[in-house]
Amino acid sequence: MTEGTGTPLLPPTRAEYCVIACAEAWRDAGEILASPMGVIPSLGARLARLTFAPDLLLTDGEAMLVRPDGTVEGWLPYRQHLALVTGGRRHVMMGASQIDRFGNQNISCIGDWERPKRQLLGVRGAPVNTLNNPTSYWIPRHSRRVFVEKVDMVCGVGHDHAGGARYHRIPRVVSDLGVFDFATPDRTMRLASLHPGVTLEQVGEATAFALTVPDAVPPTREPTAEELRLIREVLDPQSTRAGEVGT
Amino acid sequence: MSDKTMTAQEVVSRLHSGMTLGIGGWGSRRKPMALVRALLRSDVTDVTIVSYGGPDVGMLAAAGRVRKLVTAFVTLDSIPLEPHYRAARERGAFALMEIDEAMFMWGLHAAANRLPFLPVRAGIGSDVMRVNPGLRTVTSPYDDGETFVAMPALRLDAALVHVNRADRQGNGQYLGPDPYFDDLFCAAADTAYVSCERIVDTAELTKEAAPQSLLIKRHTVTGVVEAPNGAHFTSCAPDYGRDEAFQKTYATTPWPQFAARFLGGDEQAYRSAVREGS
Repeated sequence: MTEGTGTPLLPPTRAEYCVIACAEAWRDAGEILASPMGVIPSLGARLARLTFAPDLLLTDGEAMLVRPDGTVEGWLPYRQHLALVTGGRRHVMMGASQIDRFGNQNISCIGDWERPKRQLLGVRGAPVNTLNNPTSYWIPRHSRRVFVEKVDMVCGVGHDHAGGARYHRIPRVVSDLGVFDFATPDRTMRLASLHPGVTLEQVGEATAFALTVPDAVPPTREPTAEELRLIREVLDPQSTRAGEVGT
Repeated sequence: MSDKTMTAQEVVSRLHSGMTLGIGGWGSRRKPMALVRALLRSDVTDVTIVSYGGPDVGMLAAAGRVRKLVTAFVTLDSIPLEPHYRAARERGAFALMEIDEAMFMWGLHAAANRLPFLPVRAGIGSDVMRVNPGLRTVTSPYDDGETFVAMPALRLDAALVHVNRADRQGNGQYLGPDPYFDDLFCAAADTAYVSCERIVDTAELTKEAAPQSLLIKRHTVTGVVEAPNGAHFTSCAPDYGRDEAFQKTYATTPWPQFAARFLGGDEQAYRSAVREGS
């Protein structure tokens, strides 16, 4: 793996594995809106757009639909964005202050809702997102405080609350330790891949509920040389990604 | 045609304690802050606020004016958690109707359309239903038989919004990238007050901007207030961006100290205090 100068590429960092793992959420997604929240999901969505998901729509984070070079190709103010959500042609990757084994997510408050110990953002668009379009999650610091047995307030709807809702889908959860899905008979969380350098014990210690672990857990895939070049030289030359997960 | 221009103080003199007030903008974006400041100078209290919340909610909550809040979030955008709102919630200072962003929008649509509710998919399965025991569901009468939340109309006694330009009759224009929901707030309200950066002649409105920038129609508007810098410290693109330094001062200064320093006098005094403070 060498570049034009003959300098060997530095091995992928943890943040770069996370970018790849987030990008994979949008593989084969087709002509839909990718709505990433957070630095690493944003890099992942743009990487997917530049490589294996070229038909994705992306916003500038405000009211414009933009191509990767910044060219405006459409207008999407909040009111149209909310309508697009209910149309279903979107895959959002949200954050989570808490997430449980069924994929229920909380960003509203910690403690008793009537008088919270810690007021957070509020439910925001989590209820409409989870009932209408695929919703994945990104958790930059995997810990027992986030991966909890039961969330204090169900904002994003998990499998035990969805009641078979028609358009409910939680494709994946990406953390700084690995990738998770719900491919189990009771739709509880399963370890899908471990980022290189992470052990099973680390994930177990950082998760407050019983996680399904298959007999053989694959590593998160390696980035290609072209993907590393795009991340390092085109999408994030200032390495803002390192600030979100460390190394 | 009637001239609807008035001062912020005249607007507030038409508001009463116990009213349900809708506040336009979104988070820390194009909030009618001059009207909120006038409200803070008045003795109007015990209000129900309906808002995609930002510092409007934070200030009114800190000042103890809020009986009930209807919202999907409260944020300062560049500072994700609104500190004064947060403190008020953690001391149980007011009642809360916490709903999803889309439920909120459809609640305004229902009110603007004089409907008792609109069916929405959002909310089903979430704790929005648990914390709002008054919310009802409705089942589709067609073959699909799907169950929806019957989002009740968010009818307002008064709406307060801020736009870039308006004429004296209440035709309001936004010039930034996003209209937010200000037209809906006005249509959902019995009375609506529009503050603007500049009042212009009607013919000026379409001289340099396209007619689709004419967001608010005069038949939904009761009063027009010329309030230059009236969204400060929230953003009001393209006239100005958010005053991040001042927002940080707001977020990090204890409320009584902030209120004494910046909200003791009129709007003119506010502007001078902001200039001195930065």
